[in-house]
Amino acid sequence: MEKSGIVSYGSYIPKYRIKPDEIARIWGEDPENIRNGIYILSKSVPAPDEDVATISVEAARTALQRGGLKGSEIEAMYIGSESHPYAVKPTATIVSSAIGTNFDLFSADYEFACKAGTAGMQNVLAMVKSGMIRMGMAIGSDTSQGAPGDVLEYSASAGGTAMIIGRENVAAEIKATLSVTSDTPDFWRREGQPYPTHGERFTGEPAYFKHVVSAGKKMMEKMKTKPEDYDYAVFHQPNGKFPMRAAKMLGFNEEQYKEGLLTPLIGNTYSGAMMVGLSAILDVAKDGDRILAVSFGSGAGSDAFHIEVNSEIEKLHSRGAITVRKMLEKTKFLDYGMYAKFKKKLVLGDDVE
Amino acid sequence: MGELSRMWRESPNRYRLLGKKCGNCGRKYFPAREICPVCHRDSIGKMSDFELSGNGEIFTYTIVHEAPPAFSRQKPYVLALIKLEDGPMITGQVVDVDPDEIEVGKKVRSVFRKIAQDGKSGIIFYGYKFTLA
Ligand SMILES: [Zn+2]
Repeated sequence: MEKSGIVSYGSYIPKYRIKPDEIARIWGEDPENIRNGIYILSKSVPAPDEDVATISVEAARTALQRGGLKGSEIEAMYIGSESHPYAVKPTATIVSSAIGTNFDLFSADYEFACKAGTAGMQNVLAMVKSGMIRMGMAIGSDTSQGAPGDVLEYSASAGGTAMIIGRENVAAEIKATLSVTSDTPDFWRREGQPYPTHGERFTGEPAYFKHVVSAGKKMMEKMKTKPEDYDYAVFHQPNGKFPMRAAKMLGFNEEQYKEGLLTPLIGNTYSGAMMVGLSAILDVAKDGDRILAVSFGSGAGSDAFHIEVNSEIEKLHSRGAITVRKMLEKTKFLDYGMYAKFKKKLVLGDDVE
Repeated sequence: MGELSRMWRESPNRYRLLGKKCGNCGRKYFPAREICPVCHRDSIGKMSDFELSGNGEIFTYTIVHEAPPAFSRQKPYVLALIKLEDGPMITGQVVDVDPDEIEVGKKVRSVFRKIAQDGKSGIIFYGYKFTLA
């Protein structure tokens, strides 16, 4: 049977960072408490001229470079985010133009909190498998917002990942994918509201853990695998603690989850979160490696993927496109004042912007 | 609407650093030209689209302190004349740097960024800027 799966991939994380200690200083919280509570040491902050379109373009270009591909070879473009720059005008149109796709293109923006990007991956995979297209791109990207002083302000960050999925030169075969969905009021944002609201009691057990762990278990049942059959496991990572606990609940150890756990360094990139982790794993993966990847979107649902890496991965590594770890080497730390200016928490007059 | 239609017409060029290459002498131009200023008539019908790599180095630069309102969150910022490896010289903002990190000759690469937005309800303009390579 013909293989289909990841042909190339690329991520982008903005260069700026803020530490939880600096946010805690402003709101009179104990930084030690925050650091231990959510296990986030710093989070990425977009520059004032960055948004989901620009982050997606950078990730998409890196993916094309790594795959030795041209934009005109991409036949579908799906972008998942909860911070699309426009309420009406698809980010996919801007990103497609910036990478030079053809006029003949399937595209749309997706929304499902933090799993909209992986929903796009499933969509592109299905199109590839059905023969509708040869190759398409799915992007998960966000510049998420936490209300000033809210617990989410310590984690909400920015970043994105583009996955090119096709059936030729597949480097990481997606052998199976499945999803779980339920109506859960754990986190939402109403139209026109700048910041999200979270149903405190719902965020942990009935939302994140129920969906992530169920999807992970179902995948292992479907593939008749056990945790030890995987070299890597990566989960949605709203903070540093949840994915570690989910990993343990499913029977995975630190060796398996540490490579894809980036939230402690960059914060929660929402739609980008699991996909950036997967990207970091693919940066180091070798022929024969198996990966279990599970995303989570509030509202709520999870998408699980069973991925098997083959020797084509070496070609991707050889093209020298920037890796996630390399990107994290160059950072600039902001104080809260600069962060508030960058994130537009300080509002300028109507005549200015 | 004039600004919007010009912006739209030029967006592939601004998004992708799309210029023209003269089929007669091989010179590359950005912004795009319909006729090669060196070959003149010999270039007619031979100018083809060419996507510049975006790699280059800082030829000269200035630090902008008195910024237009749209750049309030970014000032002071660096505006540089960049010598692209493909040939053309272009002006662009250099982002994610402190002004004291900038030097003539430093290598840069192009990035995709927001250039401006037309108020709270208007269109968002995107295009190329540069960052240290
Ligand atoms: Zn010429």
